[in-house]
Amino acid sequence: MDGLVLGFMYALIALGYTMVYGVLELINFAHSEIFMVGGFVGVEILLSLKAVGFLDPLNPFVVLLLIVLAGMAVSGLLAVLVERVAYRPLRGAPRLIPLISAIGVSFFLQDAVRLGESLWRNAFYLTYPSFAAFNRRIELGETVDFSVKSVLVIAASLLVLFALQFLVNRTKLGKAIRAVAEDQATASLMGINVNRIISLTFLIGGAMGGAAGVLFGVQYNTINPFTGFIPGIKAFTAAVLGGIGNIPGAMVGGLVLGLLEAFAASYLSLFTGGAFGAEYKDIFAFSILILILIFRPRGLLGEVVRERA
Amino acid sequence: MGWRNPVVVNLLVFGLIAGSTVLVWAVPRSILAFMTFQASLLAVYYPPLSTRARMTYAALALGLLMPVLGTHNGYYMEVAIQVGIFVALALGLNIVVGLAGLLDLGYVAFYAVGAYLWAVFGSPQAGKFVSAAFGAFPLSPGWFFLFLALGVLVAAVTGVLLGLPVLRLRGDYLAIVTLGFGEVIRVLANNLDKPWNITNGPKGITPIQRPPLFFEPLLRAVGIEASAFILYPLYFYFLVLGVVVVVILVNQRLEHSHVGRAWEAIREDEIAAQAMGVPLVRMKLLAFAAGASFAGIMGVIFSAKQLFINPESFTFLESIGVLAMVILGGMGSIPGAIMGASVVTILNLQVLKGISLWLNDLRNAGITILGYDLANLPSQFEPAKYERMVFGIILILMMIYRPEGIIPARRRRLEAFHGTDEGSPS
Repeated sequence: MDGLVLGFMYALIALGYTMVYGVLELINFAHSEIFMVGGFVGVEILLSLKAVGFLDPLNPFVVLLLIVLAGMAVSGLLAVLVERVAYRPLRGAPRLIPLISAIGVSFFLQDAVRLGESLWRNAFYLTYPSFAAFNRRIELGETVDFSVKSVLVIAASLLVLFALQFLVNRTKLGKAIRAVAEDQATASLMGINVNRIISLTFLIGGAMGGAAGVLFGVQYNTINPFTGFIPGIKAFTAAVLGGIGNIPGAMVGGLVLGLLEAFAASYLSLFTGGAFGAEYKDIFAFSILILILIFRPRGLLGEVVRERA
Repeated sequence: MGWRNPVVVNLLVFGLIAGSTVLVWAVPRSILAFMTFQASLLAVYYPPLSTRARMTYAALALGLLMPVLGTHNGYYMEVAIQVGIFVALALGLNIVVGLAGLLDLGYVAFYAVGAYLWAVFGSPQAGKFVSAAFGAFPLSPGWFFLFLALGVLVAAVTGVLLGLPVLRLRGDYLAIVTLGFGEVIRVLANNLDKPWNITNGPKGITPIQRPPLFFEPLLRAVGIEASAFILYPLYFYFLVLGVVVVVILVNQRLEHSHVGRAWEAIREDEIAAQAMGVPLVRMKLLAFAAGASFAGIMGVIFSAKQLFINPESFTFLESIGVLAMVILGGMGSIPGAIMGASVVTILNLQVLKGISLWLNDLRNAGITILGYDLANLPSQFEPAKYERMVFGIILILMMIYRPEGIIPARRRRLEAFHGTDEGSPS
């Protein structure tokens, strides 16, 4: 169950990477920070509601919906802003240039949030207020039980994923996104406003990241400006695992990676006689990344990416 | 008498260096004075001077004036040593990123390898997993010099080991994989306290042996009695300076050799380079190994200087810091890397810290501006703690406004930097 929760989380973040990569062929390094900002938006709203005493009377499910939507909105807009400021001026430059700028954005955002939160709350390790209703456990038999919030996280992720799938495959907007991903020049000749579509892609990808951030906070309770880094890298691994640029691939990759990691965390020490324990689960994810990149760079579901010098 | 008259230029440069030295000597606590001295070193680079004059001034300033000032105020010596270490790191990364065009985001891993190499064997730590039959640990300080060479070797081998599996990857994937590699090394350092206690985990290793003061009897013979407190900073300063000089020479030689040209060919167009007969695999591995070896030797010196290391010294932040230095100075440019490393290190160690201290003074002074009592200035607002933000801003601004860096490589200066790539149409 932990693996599933983790997997959906990775899938949500991986979508941001994969969509941006699909249209721009850019690894949006700042995406992990977009995710982190989403988490902070959630906790800020909860803490503010709590401060004015509104938190307890409200239905926790309504609150959850509210903070997920708010996190999506803020993260999405932030992603658009980042694209406008740090990536758009560099479009057409050698591909390492925007990547370096993206790393810069990532570092900048980490410290910007840290500065903001230290000024505002005098602390930047924030804790989500807990809801009794979410922590209740549902028991299935003797040994299997899980908390309500895991179910909620999974349900919310599924909802968002299906909405995205519908948006990309069934709407005109989705068609435009796919066209831009396919060939920017031709798409613009067909009357598609490429810049607007790219902004929209960042908006959607960022919103996914924001939703993941809020859900992450609800699930694991704490958040700090540096939380984004490791899940970000792992979600990128998931995106590569599923075939980068491929939307269903990112979902599958996220789930597979989440499950693998949960298994590794619980069984690694069992298999190696206690020599290597759960602390190596990060290395485990990186090894998967390296193996995939070497042996099957197009990922599980990916198509062949053409070579560009 | 024009500005370009050699006599005038020489007089000006000399005056600047001498003047700033006197200034630092007179007000040793003023950061501004020390920065004037540092800036005067720029005067050696920019004006039209003959190579010999330049060398003389550099030798004078770095070999004589800096040690004297550093003994006057110990903190400056520390700054100078740090600058030297980062210059070597930046030059190493410059080979990988600047010349060969392989973006390495885990560069600090090689630094860690070097540092842990000496830390483990130069402290009682090695005794915890090596049987006593192989000798007693810590090794005697004299081994330090062998470990300098070993650091180069082991780091280079690590570089090749990392390079082998990832060479086929395209630039951006390579960046992520090297980032992962850097994290792997850090996680290993953090967790290898079991099943065998090699790195002592997050607690780190201490005390680490310092190199022997082999020249002390000599000094005594001349009649100089100096305490270790004065000698060690000087010693490390000259050690670092010597390594930096060697690194610069190696870099220059490499850049103008067929190897350097092959790297640049790979950077510009891998496929074309291969078609021209450049052995891609060997050249890329060589770039990784060369870059790594500089970090390795500096790691050994770093651990000997610090006496204590733990995994926290080798985070992703450090890798990006070194990258920011290379980018700021100019990718592929040797003077650029030196300049970038100096500027960023001085910014971190002096300017930001200076501003923090100044803000602190303001807080305590009880001044009120526009009805706002400065004592209420939040104490979290401390620029020295926001390295990440500084690095981030450097990276973004440089990429947008001046991707070729402050001192662009000569080759880049000749060609238009933008639009050399046939990349995506916009």
